[in-house]
Amino acid sequence: MAEQASPGGLHPLPVGNISPHSMGLLGFWGLVATEAALFGALLFAYFYSAFGAGRAWPPEGLPTLALSGPNTAILAASSITLWLGERAMKRRGSRRGLALGTAASLALGILFLAIQIKEWADKGYGIDDHAYAAHFYTITGFHVAHVVFGLILLAAMLIWTLRNYFSKARHEPVVMVSLYWHFVDVVWLFVFASLYLSPYLLR
Amino acid sequence: MGNPTDDPWWFSTTDHKKIGIRYLYTAFAFLLLGGIEALILRVQLAQPNARLLSPEAYNQLFTMHGISMIFLYAQPILSGFSNYLWPLLLGSRDMAFPRLNALSYWVFLAAGLFIYSSFLVGAAPNDGWFNYVPYANREYNPGPNIDFLALGMILLGISTTVGGINFVVTTFKMRAPGMSINRMPILIWGTLTASVANIFVIPVVSLAFFLLWLDRQFGTDFFRVEAGGQPLLWQHLFWIFGHPWVYAIILPAMGMVSDALPVLCRRPLVGYTFVALATVATMAIGFGVWTHHMFVTGLPGISLSFFSGASIVIAIPSAVSVFAWIATIWTGRPVLNTAFLFFASFIVLFVIGGVSGFMTASVPVDWQLHDTYFVVAHIHYVLIGINVFPVIGAFYHWLPKMSGRLMSETLGLWNFWLMFIGMNLAFLPMHLTGLWGMPRRVYTYGESFGWNTLNMITTIGAFVFAAGVLVFLVNVFLTLRSGRRAGANPWAAGSLEWATTSPPPPYNFAVIPTVRSRYPLWEHQLRDTPHRSEPYRGLELAKGHEALKSSTLDAEPQAILPMPHASLDPVLLTLGLAVLFVALLVHGWWVALGSGLFILGVVIHWIWPRAEFGSREPPEEEAAHG
Repeated sequence: MAEQASPGGLHPLPVGNISPHSMGLLGFWGLVATEAALFGALLFAYFYSAFGAGRAWPPEGLPTLALSGPNTAILAASSITLWLGERAMKRRGSRRGLALGTAASLALGILFLAIQIKEWADKGYGIDDHAYAAHFYTITGFHVAHVVFGLILLAAMLIWTLRNYFSKARHEPVVMVSLYWHFVDVVWLFVFASLYLSPYLLR
Repeated sequence: MGNPTDDPWWFSTTDHKKIGIRYLYTAFAFLLLGGIEALILRVQLAQPNARLLSPEAYNQLFTMHGISMIFLYAQPILSGFSNYLWPLLLGSRDMAFPRLNALSYWVFLAAGLFIYSSFLVGAAPNDGWFNYVPYANREYNPGPNIDFLALGMILLGISTTVGGINFVVTTFKMRAPGMSINRMPILIWGTLTASVANIFVIPVVSLAFFLLWLDRQFGTDFFRVEAGGQPLLWQHLFWIFGHPWVYAIILPAMGMVSDALPVLCRRPLVGYTFVALATVATMAIGFGVWTHHMFVTGLPGISLSFFSGASIVIAIPSAVSVFAWIATIWTGRPVLNTAFLFFASFIVLFVIGGVSGFMTASVPVDWQLHDTYFVVAHIHYVLIGINVFPVIGAFYHWLPKMSGRLMSETLGLWNFWLMFIGMNLAFLPMHLTGLWGMPRRVYTYGESFGWNTLNMITTIGAFVFAAGVLVFLVNVFLTLRSGRRAGANPWAAGSLEWATTSPPPPYNFAVIPTVRSRYPLWEHQLRDTPHRSEPYRGLELAKGHEALKSSTLDAEPQAILPMPHASLDPVLLTLGLAVLFVALLVHGWWVALGSGLFILGVVIHWIWPRAEFGSREPPEEEAAHG
């Protein structure tokens, strides 16, 4: 697969999925777009029901930020560590930097997951108790499912990094997995603002 | 070295042409099933107080008729044409993601079989294709009927979404050098617009069905009003999806007409830019019209005004396209073959269906006509007129490319006139049936209601239409067996798919063509177009084993992409999904968990970085030898 001349014969074309010419990354952008629409629909349904219910929303009183606030910071931090790792690979081709950043994000993500499960366990109601509970558990459940899938991708990426798949020139899967993880984090900010902050404003 | 698209097994192919043809076969099979259901319904409705069907059987049949036609035929048949034609129209070797392409087909097949398997247990979905709550709730619908639909629609949504992403990336990145965005065939515009919409609205309906499934199986209260839920939320979620979907199942069909009609009129399409922009504008406005399905639900006046206005405004881009087609025929020299008849009559049917839609966009009229047969007449003019007629015409036009053989024009005329007369006989009087008050979705009616003659006429029309479809099937069968050889370009057409052999080789084009106008094969005939495109000279790219990636707007070459080989991942992933959804249906939670892990494993295998795609550094031993 040698490089071939472009039709004008002016400059050779690169071969393969090398940044910024990766098709896989565009596919992941498509995935992120459709997932964003999914969360948009979830939050639309939540607010539609909230406005329909009036003052009785949430029925158990305002949600506590004691766990969810710090947990938001933890998830945001996991994006930063991943960004640092990705930057180490992009700028210096540093396999060690990328592995460290990925491992840190993986650990922070698992911590987020554990706290979220604790948050669920502390709630005094189940998913079938009332409409608010149905929305709360479904939205956070969808998000947790995305966190779990993101963690699996991060774990795979850690393996790929340790097996020396990537270099300064070729690291497209890193860009793809990072995009997905940042998306999972950004979506949480919307979920957090809707489920935990908006009741304070709407009261 | 074998060809990249050689298949170790039949079901591992990633060739867009084979996948496209499988889409066409499967979608057409669902059209026939939905058609048989319709004929049974029409026999029941032909006379008053008929007892052929019980009310429950009627409910299941009219629901499955709608689901088959709208979800399992109308969109997949267009995906079939687009899958087959896109890389050929774009001068490319394949789609951007050939394995995703295979996945979208297999998951579509699995979803269709999943929904249809409900007949095996005598519990097909029975609440109409829009499946309103509260009748869809478990209190009123305790059987598995609605669960088949809810889970099946989520499965189908996966297929449509990955297909949509594939179409969008393919449009923007896989065009032949020089095919700038204002030189793309209109079919590309149509399917691109539909795909963008699908990416954003499919998750909405998948979510709606998921929430309904939770309500039914886990006692949640999303839609149950007695526990603080919102029944109208279902209608909002469904129609936020449903109305863009209506455009998604017509815009690609309109695109096929915009591309094929000019060929048969021996001139370029009139108003290319306007038609392309009208396509996009229709969808943009189409996102803001969904509550015109909900005018009678007691929405606030401001909401009624806005959505009524938007629904009326959407007539403007539609009219732009209609005038462009009429002008193309008017100023051209039409070849009156079967395909032309289908395309020209499509314009007539589109106008009739458009006018009745325009009428119901007005709130007071809608309040009168809501849930009557007038709306049924409207939807059939729109869907048969704008989807089925262009699709049958497209078979006459492009089957010669796919099979290398021409269809019979004699049978074609029988085919066309039976379908055209049958369609109008069935559905033109149905407007009256609705105006005279006959409600939709009733399994029978009284003798003295005054609807007897009209219903009999409609039933006769339905059978005449079905006879036309039968003639079409015979024609296709004879064509594939012994049709006349078509040659590369039987219609002397101007676009790239006719530059290669019929049927095309696995790599489509021996060399990557270069495009400098909208009709690269017509440049020596069109006076005002300089002769600059190169359909037969260009990059060979590893003897057909590589594809070209080009820039988004101007289609300047950017990179060379290795073509993926045949792969079992798509079919394995589909098997995993099918087992998962069956397990969810029957509450086999451990099987569901196992299939979930299996799916995860296939996904990881799928995205594992490979040296042959250039997504990782080559292994060290190879690098040492290389």
